Amino acid sequence: MAREIFSQKIQQIKDEILLLGSMVEQATLDAVKAFKHRDLEAARNIMEEDQTINDKRFAIENAIMILFATQQPLAHDLRLLSAMLLISNELERMGDYAKGIAHNALRLGISDIPIPIRDIEKMAELGVSMLHRSLSAFVNENSELAAQIPNEDDQVDDLFNKSYRSIVNVMVSNPSMIDDASFLLWVVHNLERFADRTVNICERTLFIVSGEMMEMDITDDEIDDEDKE
Amino acid sequence: MVDIISTPSTIMEEIKMNNNLNTKLNIENFNLFYGNFQALRDVTIGIPEKQITSIIGPSGCGKSTFLRSFNRMNELIPTVTTSGSIKLDDVDIHQNDPVELRKKVGMVFQRPNPFPKSIFDNIAFGPRVHGITTKQVLVEIVEKSLRQAALWDEVKDDLNKSGLALSGGQQQRLCIARALAVEPEVILMDEPASALDPIATLKIEDLIQELKEKYTIVIVTHNMQQAARASDYTMFFNMAEDRAGYLVESGKTVDIFTNPKKELTEQYISGRFG
Repeated sequence: MAREIFSQKIQQIKDEILLLGSMVEQATLDAVKAFKHRDLEAARNIMEEDQTINDKRFAIENAIMILFATQQPLAHDLRLLSAMLLISNELERMGDYAKGIAHNALRLGISDIPIPIRDIEKMAELGVSMLHRSLSAFVNENSELAAQIPNEDDQVDDLFNKSYRSIVNVMVSNPSMIDDASFLLWVVHNLERFADRTVNICERTLFIVSGEMMEMDITDDEIDDEDKE
Repeated sequence: MVDIISTPSTIMEEIKMNNNLNTKLNIENFNLFYGNFQALRDVTIGIPEKQITSIIGPSGCGKSTFLRSFNRMNELIPTVTTSGSIKLDDVDIHQNDPVELRKKVGMVFQRPNPFPKSIFDNIAFGPRVHGITTKQVLVEIVEKSLRQAALWDEVKDDLNKSGLALSGGQQQRLCIARALAVEPEVILMDEPASALDPIATLKIEDLIQELKEKYTIVIVTHNMQQAARASDYTMFFNMAEDRAGYLVESGKTVDIFTNPKKELTEQYISGRFG
């Protein structure tokens, strides 16, 4: 096969994206753990570590721009590189959600507000599992898998709605806890958006394979991100 | 507005779907032989009117031969035989006098080939062959053609200078002006920019874009980026086992270069061919 060097460079970028993905998975699980155990030290570390995720995203972006400029990718190469540009952006934003969870753990401090931790953990597990598989679907260009994953977003949405109601109930029954409860809302919101972004990654994978651009989760009214941490 | 969802289709489907798009040249089951050797096999395609259509494909796939078939230039080679039909505006090109055909279907070659004459005489040559002798008419044709070829401003004070004294890019635009002077309907270009530097190349590409308002343009190019930049429609030719050229895929240029349907096209345009 011709263009060995170009193909190698594409492979390197794919590997970097997988690495970035695993950093985001780890940060998310760690953030929820820190939140659960009120481990403020760990939360601070996670917030600092987000810089590594941001840096890696820029490095990936740069590598892709260089290939655009020097290799004039076309057809599948063009779709793949454009999709990788967008996927690395999704991953960076997902890293921000992990950072946001850690930030809210710090803001919550040692407050004794009741936390729907089971649902939060479950959302994080589901989200991370969706991310993991959406990245497998991406590297293997498995459109079947990429088409399945978005269905699982409903489970995350259900958990979000459930925890949302329980947090609002706390606010209503105990107004002195409204501040603390709002931190909880941010956490579940971040986890809900995390899963939405795995759906975006699946959309990109389908684009790489078929060239078709389509929204896979039309039921979800994507709220503007006001949650940039 | 951008098209969010693209539905790739062949040139023929495009022509059918789009009412504003007419077929200028209609090629049906066209075969071409050099003696016993088949150079083109069973090509059926339409060339859209007042659009730029590029022909791409590896060396030897018959794309230049195909291009030269449109103004019967291959007939100058004694061993060439053809079958099938090529129609220009629904009239078979083999029914007409080749000189008349070449007035309607002009050609620009890979290397600029101005005649060793003045700039004026280069442009006036064609019209004179077709019987125009009045000086004033010729002067008008020369100016109009040079303007259309975006060369007028650079040469208007030197019309008596030899065409060969111009730079490569200017010579190529002179050849385009010469082709325009007989008011053709179709302009065939065989690698028109391959001997030019990048700036002159971009000038030619811009010029081609302007010319498509009035003319149907077919361009053979090895330069994939040029086909992507400069054409509306693209045809990809390949060579079969027996080295006969055939049409693999055709479609809107944007579709061919972002999402080709055939694996061979994919391999060729992404540089992973063979």
